[in-house]
Amino acid sequence: MTEQTLKPNDILTKAEALRGTLSTSFRDEIVKSLYNEAENIARRAVKTAQDKKYDFDQKIDRLITSPIVGLPIMLILLGVVIWLTVSGANVASEVIADLLFGIGDWGRALFNQIGIPWWITGFIWDGVYLSLAWVVSVMLPPMAIFFPAFTFLEDLGYLPRVAFNLDWLFKKAGAHGKQSLTMAMGFGCNAAGVVATRVIDSPRERLIAILTNNFVPCNGRFPTLIMLATVFVAASFPPALTSFIAAGTVVGVVLIGIAFTFLMSWLLSRTLLKGEASAFTLELPPYRRPNIARILYTSIIDRTIFVLWRAMQTAAPAGAIIWILANITVGDSNLARLIADWLNPFGLLLGLDGVILLAYIIAIPANEIVVPTMMMVYMGAGMMIDGPGTSAGIYSLLVDGNGWTILTAVNLMLFALLHNPCATTIITIYKETKSLKWATVSVVITLGTAFLVTFLTASIARLMGWV
Amino acid sequence: MTTKKLATPTENCETCPAFYNLEQMGFKIGTFDRVVALAGNPNTGKSTVFNALTGLKQHTGNWPGKTVTRAEGGYQFNGVRYKLVDLPGTYSLLSASQDEEVARDFILFGQPDCTIVVTDATALERNLNLVMQVMEITDKVVVAINLMDEAKRKGIEVDARSLSRDLGVPAVPITARTGEGIHTLIATVADLINGDIITKPLRVEGTPEFQKAVHELVPMIEQVAPGIPNARWLAIRLLDGDARVQQALVTGELTQRMQRQKQADVQFSRKMSVEGRQ
Repeated sequence: MTEQTLKPNDILTKAEALRGTLSTSFRDEIVKSLYNEAENIARRAVKTAQDKKYDFDQKIDRLITSPIVGLPIMLILLGVVIWLTVSGANVASEVIADLLFGIGDWGRALFNQIGIPWWITGFIWDGVYLSLAWVVSVMLPPMAIFFPAFTFLEDLGYLPRVAFNLDWLFKKAGAHGKQSLTMAMGFGCNAAGVVATRVIDSPRERLIAILTNNFVPCNGRFPTLIMLATVFVAASFPPALTSFIAAGTVVGVVLIGIAFTFLMSWLLSRTLLKGEASAFTLELPPYRRPNIARILYTSIIDRTIFVLWRAMQTAAPAGAIIWILANITVGDSNLARLIADWLNPFGLLLGLDGVILLAYIIAIPANEIVVPTMMMVYMGAGMMIDGPGTSAGIYSLLVDGNGWTILTAVNLMLFALLHNPCATTIITIYKETKSLKWATVSVVITLGTAFLVTFLTASIARLMGWV
Repeated sequence: MTTKKLATPTENCETCPAFYNLEQMGFKIGTFDRVVALAGNPNTGKSTVFNALTGLKQHTGNWPGKTVTRAEGGYQFNGVRYKLVDLPGTYSLLSASQDEEVARDFILFGQPDCTIVVTDATALERNLNLVMQVMEITDKVVVAINLMDEAKRKGIEVDARSLSRDLGVPAVPITARTGEGIHTLIATVADLINGDIITKPLRVEGTPEFQKAVHELVPMIEQVAPGIPNARWLAIRLLDGDARVQQALVTGELTQRMQRQKQADVQFSRKMSVEGRQ
């Protein structure tokens, strides 16, 4: 073997040969002496007094991760966070909507007064601006409440306890216990949840976590759920109860999403991604007092403003597109109506309608703008009676003006929960898996589930004569 | 460890404005003089140290595995510009998951001028395993004993001098959340890089046969992959029969990885396909 011809394989051969000269457990011995050394050093450097705080931490942990009350505590916390979001967001949304729509009216009037052509006024104020106003008023309040609450639990150290509680369920589904961490991140943003799956070391289980992450509603979809739950489900209850009923409904939808996460993980680990769940260790970190100032900074600036800005960037062009579609007249109708009418039979089959499907197509870049898009197409028909930001206004627009029923609302919630990931998430999935196939699978699985489930609920509801 | 001069200030100096010559540089790291890596077990507060030094707001959270990519930021201290690289937490350098690989590759091939290993004062023994593994790779190690406030509340006392003496590298007690000790930490890093502090890391050398085997492999590896840092570590991995290191050597991926450390982190560049489908 000369210097010029030394190849990597030669090194492997040499290493192989040299290994023969060593005792079989040479590495174990080194590791063992490393650990012994660490133990000795730590013993010399660390003095531990009697530890009351630690005992207290352990008592709390025993309760929170107990097999009996662990899960109920988790549900209660989820309920409290969502109730805070729903009840707080409701009032704030109406105030913001009043303000922003007021500005819209004023701007439109101003433009008309100074004689700007109708199509410029319409494009700017009824297209771009209206869409932005919807996004801000629908999204900002829930996010500004949900994100700080979520970050608070995260800083406290609650997330690993969730993973601990759900581990056995994921194991049963053939998935990795750390998937509950990535699932929790998905509540904030599914794309972030997909990136977070890097903590899972088995590629098979990581793929399962990636493909099912979309079944937890991200913050872009929460406002849709909250609005529908408030306007439709909670509306038939006494006013004192509405926020509880609405929160309960959203919790219910979230639980359905989690159930689908397990179901789909189970199906995947028995079909496309066969294999056994792998074991792992997860440290339960000590509870730490959250730093309120930093929580507010992280959740308001990094998360709320960031997500809102992204939504506004897609809402503005979407608003422009809808306005243009609604103002290109074809015969005695317009293009938006024609497309919606064409999609309508399929929409009705799913318990939805053509406008909703059109809104979903326009909103592929970001799920946040589904409701604003839908509202704008409906409003093109000029049916707004009450103020556009109030529950009563939305209710009358949808029910009296466009024939919505409770089935439409429920199925829209289900569809919002289950349908395909937004474009950002799909791109993230592609980048993380480096595979067009898995990115496609993620869309097929979710969209397929959404179609199937809404079709079934619609058919059952109709067969039973509920609607 | 020998200290040539008394450069390390006492804690009281930090409150004195005259001594405060740390400048947080955030993302402005176009040019820098030194590279410092932040390693450590998961959830020991690496990102908090990172934020305290750079003034950036890298997301922090109380759960292991929060940082999955490399974050980079800058600070300036005594006129020298440092690039600080926040790595995902890792329990060992022999690990399999992608986030841990990001950390391992950088410590191995990124050739930082200094590696700060952030440890948890309340669980020091477990944390020392990683410290010793990092010391196997490089002399340029500073141990930051973080969460001193939490340790105090729990009645745990950590003797930094004893630790420093035993390990042969500087150990600095800090509370990153309040910024306590951070100044001492970067002063120590600066002294270590300048050679004012000379370390003598404790190493487990192994048997004479083992040392001889390593000694024979190192020149061969250096010949096949010229300029590769840490040939010794690679030799040990090969002797151990690490399939991934073997594969990386044969396919030339090793050299690629070395180069990749020089780019700003391509956040989504980790491949599942290569490492994943074995």
